[in-house]
Amino acid sequence: MAQIFAYIAHKGGVADDSALELLSAAEKIDAGAEVTALVVGDGADLDAVAAEMAASYKVVWKVAKAELAYPNAELVRQALVGLLPADAVVLISHDTFGMDLGPGLAVKMGATFVSDVVDIEGSDGTGLKVVRQEYSGMVSTHNLAEMGSGLVLNPRPGVFAPDEAKAAGGEVVDKSSDVGDLSAKRKFLEIVEAEAGDVDITKSDVLVSIGRGIEDEDNIELAEELAEAMGAVVSCSRPIVDAKWLEKSRQVGTSGQTVKPKVYMALGISGSFQHLGGIKGNPYMIAVNKNPKAPIFQVADVGIEADILEFIPELTEKIGG
Amino acid sequence: MEILVCVKRVPDTAENEIEVMSDGSDIERDDLVYSVNEWDNYAVEEAIQIRDKVGGSVTVVTVGDDESEEVLRREMAMGADNGVLLTDDAFEDSDGQGVASLLKAEIEKGSYDLILTGALADDGAGQVGGMLAAMLDLPYASLVNTIEVVDDKRLKVGREIEGGNQEMNEIQLPCVLSIQSGINEPRYVGIRGIRKVASVEIPEKGAADLGVDAATVGAAGAKVKRLDYFTPEMGEGAEMLEGDMDEILDKVVELLKAKGGLK
Repeated sequence: MAQIFAYIAHKGGVADDSALELLSAAEKIDAGAEVTALVVGDGADLDAVAAEMAASYKVVWKVAKAELAYPNAELVRQALVGLLPADAVVLISHDTFGMDLGPGLAVKMGATFVSDVVDIEGSDGTGLKVVRQEYSGMVSTHNLAEMGSGLVLNPRPGVFAPDEAKAAGGEVVDKSSDVGDLSAKRKFLEIVEAEAGDVDITKSDVLVSIGRGIEDEDNIELAEELAEAMGAVVSCSRPIVDAKWLEKSRQVGTSGQTVKPKVYMALGISGSFQHLGGIKGNPYMIAVNKNPKAPIFQVADVGIEADILEFIPELTEKIGG
Repeated sequence: MEILVCVKRVPDTAENEIEVMSDGSDIERDDLVYSVNEWDNYAVEEAIQIRDKVGGSVTVVTVGDDESEEVLRREMAMGADNGVLLTDDAFEDSDGQGVASLLKAEIEKGSYDLILTGALADDGAGQVGGMLAAMLDLPYASLVNTIEVVDDKRLKVGREIEGGNQEMNEIQLPCVLSIQSGINEPRYVGIRGIRKVASVEIPEKGAADLGVDAATVGAAGAKVKRLDYFTPEMGEGAEMLEGDMDEILDKVVELLKAKGGLK
């Protein structure tokens, strides 16, 4: 069995939540594997993350380079290609960094790539059977990925339960000198923080959240009327912001706001994992969608198969009257 | 600037319920409404806007069957100058690296400054842009939601990252970018626009034209093989309220009151 590596994303000296999820994912590939954490960066922050990971991973490879102080995927890729064995299995969380790094890393390693993996069903040594989703989670697929010449796998954040045992007592190995000079044609400039909107949806206990099912900009008003009747605030999923019908600050999801309401009304929202990733604190969720197969019904407490354009005004009237 | 945009014809999830065939070999494709992948459409709009600002041309390319021609024509009606259809029985069931290697072969026959893809597709994996860049040894940025042309050697691009934040980068040309939805407002394509490009010749290229060894693409060359489709487990799932709408509404109001959803 090939050596398994987990790329540890980190910020401000703290490992990302995905760090221990990747360990669980690795154990699903090979239960007895000695999994190696890859901790790449610079300075005291890097040392802190390496020490933190040694509690959970048997081996931690640390790569310290001034150029890697910010994780520029092109530079990280160069560092890893020079370091990893040819048949390595590399796990990278399927987040905005993993999407930047994974496909190109696989090509440069001559490896197989599978993105957004939601389950791992085991390997026969030459291939790994994994589960992915297609069509916004409406259908799943089994896929067989070749392993012989390396494999880069991007597991979906939040689906593999983190391995919190922290009983590894691992050692940190400094691999910095095995990595040569790095240079990239893409240069990181800065992070531009999200702009605050007119309403802070993260402060509201009750959200009336709308998605593609609202169909037209003119129908936004229906949701606003319902929210007013309920004493709630209107939030939305990505397509509404893409269409410029509501401000970005109203978007719930991994690329928008993370909300923690008590009650969440999901109206005409299919329930992509990116959207659900922005809902924390296990709110009471009522979902309305005209598609009975919408993934939102898998996570909601109560579901109603209906056209929201009919449902919303009727509910508003019911509450008002 | 010479711009190439890679596009794809996909079942439109907004218009279809996707069902798995009883033997799990595919989804039910009869009666499916297809369209251009939404992210690709944003990429084409962005390419057109850049061309209109700095000059040059926009070419749209797809890997697909005869029916994929309709999405090329649609994007040409939007304003793309040229279309190319990469089609061959040998290309069927290519994995991501297979598709990227076909696009690479076509790109190397031309001279492009900027190559765009959609960030992902509903039936895809969000991988082709990154693979293509690595194969071409060009710099890459994914999930791009702003592009500013600095000069003829550099772009300033914003990447959408977690929490609604944006990561700004300077990237050298030529480069490959994958475009996130919402970067612009794609223009409407009317029936007149479609009619205008209805008779434009769209060249078709197969394995021999591209100089690609058929054994390295398609099902034969795929390192990732889809074994089957299945419907995900519902788990606990929601309690579905059924029956008379008036009773459902009463129940919803009752639940909202009980859970603190009404003020």
